[in-house]
Amino acid sequence: MITVCRVEDLPPGEAVRVTEDVPAPVAVFNADGELYAVDDTCTHQDASLADGWLEGCLIECPLHASAFDLRTGLPTCLPAKAALRTHRVTVEDGEIRLHVSVGEPA
Amino acid sequence: MRSVAVVGASLAGLSTVRALRAEGFDGSLTVIGAERHEPYDRPPLSKGFLKGDVDADALALGSPEEYQDLDVRWLLGRTAVRLDPRATALTLDDGRQVQTDAVVIATGATPRTIAGTDGLRGIHTLRTLDDAHALRADLVSGRPHLVVIGAGFIGAEVASTARALGLEVTIVEATAVPLERALGREMGRICSGLHADHGVRLLCGIGVRGFTGTDRVEGVLLDDGRLLPADVVVVGVGVTPATGWLAGSGVEVADGVVCDSGCATNVPRVVAVGDVANCPNQFTGRRSRIEHWTHATEQPKTAVRTLLSGTSAAPPPVPPYFWSDQYHARIQLAGHVSPGDEPRVVEGDVDSRSFVAVYRRDGHEVAVLAVNQPKMFNRLRRTLLPFPSAVRIPS
Ligand SMILES: Cc1cc2nc3c(=O)[nH]c(=O)nc-3n(C[C@H](O)[C@H](O)[C@H](O)COP(=O)(O)OP(=O)(O)OC[C@H]3O[C@@H](n4cnc5c(N)ncnc54)[C@H](O)[C@@H]3O)c2cc1C
Ligand code: FES
Repeated sequence: MITVCRVEDLPPGEAVRVTEDVPAPVAVFNADGELYAVDDTCTHQDASLADGWLEGCLIECPLHASAFDLRTGLPTCLPAKAALRTHRVTVEDGEIRLHVSVGEPA
Repeated sequence: MRSVAVVGASLAGLSTVRALRAEGFDGSLTVIGAERHEPYDRPPLSKGFLKGDVDADALALGSPEEYQDLDVRWLLGRTAVRLDPRATALTLDDGRQVQTDAVVIATGATPRTIAGTDGLRGIHTLRTLDDAHALRADLVSGRPHLVVIGAGFIGAEVASTARALGLEVTIVEATAVPLERALGREMGRICSGLHADHGVRLLCGIGVRGFTGTDRVEGVLLDDGRLLPADVVVVGVGVTPATGWLAGSGVEVADGVVCDSGCATNVPRVVAVGDVANCPNQFTGRRSRIEHWTHATEQPKTAVRTLLSGTSAAPPPVPPYFWSDQYHARIQLAGHVSPGDEPRVVEGDVDSRSFVAVYRRDGHEVAVLAVNQPKMFNRLRRTLLPFPSAVRIPS
């Protein structure tokens, strides 16, 4: 379990990239108050989704505009075809905690 | 309309087939492609694939399952050589005829070459997977010196990749400022500064007179008499749209296939898409061929609506967009830069090679350029609007 930051440091619409103590970079999003975490690197090519465009619970890749559903990790349009791995996020004592899952994406 | 033939089996051709099925077209679909390969992605050819980080399988644009669903008849390794004037039949290079109710022209473009390269090994252009295989073989064969002719995006990416492979690289560019046409003078100079940062020699404002070597290239002879030693040469001096096969078809051609903004040509039931299509564009303010990846994926949606409805569909008001990866720098441009447009850095700074600049013309924001700033770039590109007619567009 990784402490990401304090809740107030991740306002709605924002993302934070976690690179320490994780097998691969993870992006944590505040989508209108709901927290989600997915692998940060787009499954299409090489772009960081934390830099993407967040709309509702869809994150659009900043390079070729594939969108992913943060709830499932599934791409909703091409060119990405593979799902992102999703991770569990909780809030404890006002801090965002990331529980990194291992293994295959959903 | 029961059958559609798509000529060109690359990004724009495949995107058209996808769009046709997505719009519910259930007639027969034939795709004719001059290359032997199933559709693959070109951008990595000058980047990860050339470097050796990505293999040919990873370039595939579709999958066997998808192709099964799309239910397309693929005629690969076959070139269309003629379209009859009523656009009801295509003739292929093996003499075969393909009867059709509608035609999509998606033949892209081929690299321009320069005189004096015939019969010399070691001189390359880069457009296809086969080109990239041949170039990669030459780059990793232990030959130390690469000369790139043309400092455009492809030339710059090849130089950057070759540098990462440890080669000594010189770029020769005819104009005084590389990338000036795409980015304007100031930003062209800044982005081409990446070469010097990484130990690549850039010679500007000088033309190429010819080559030395008998069987294999040994040097590049410049207009001022200088001779650059070269073991491998890449010519990246732009492309010519692939329209030769349309001679006699009645389809109007002038720097590509002349279309209206909905991709319709002057011949009924014939549309054109991707690098080959020359359409009026709300962001360039004139007729343009947009040679970008995203355009080749998006424009077919408009073309398909035109084809299926029989009236020219309106394109979405989305600015042209491209990216280029060089020397760990990701360059992104949205909109269109014309001579005289003034860039202003709004985030970061140019010396750190991490910045966003917004270009203005007559007080209107016309383009956004970013280097290593994807987040801000994507925020700002969404604010670009088509030109109001009051804005002066230099011709
Ligand atoms: C090396 C390289 C790197 C690139 N990098 C970037 C990048 O970083 N960012 C970006 O935005 N864009 C990039 N691009 C541009 C992008 O790849 C093109 O815009 C895109 O490929 C255009 O797709 P298209 O289908 O219109 O044309 P093409 O990809 O050129 O495909 C046309 C196809 O038609 C076939 N054909 C031609 N004539 C005939 C005929 N008569 N009969 C049958 N088949 C025919 C050709 O063989 C070809 O396969 C790059 C291009 C190259 C070459
Ligand atoms: S890298 Fe994300 S869509 Fe291509």
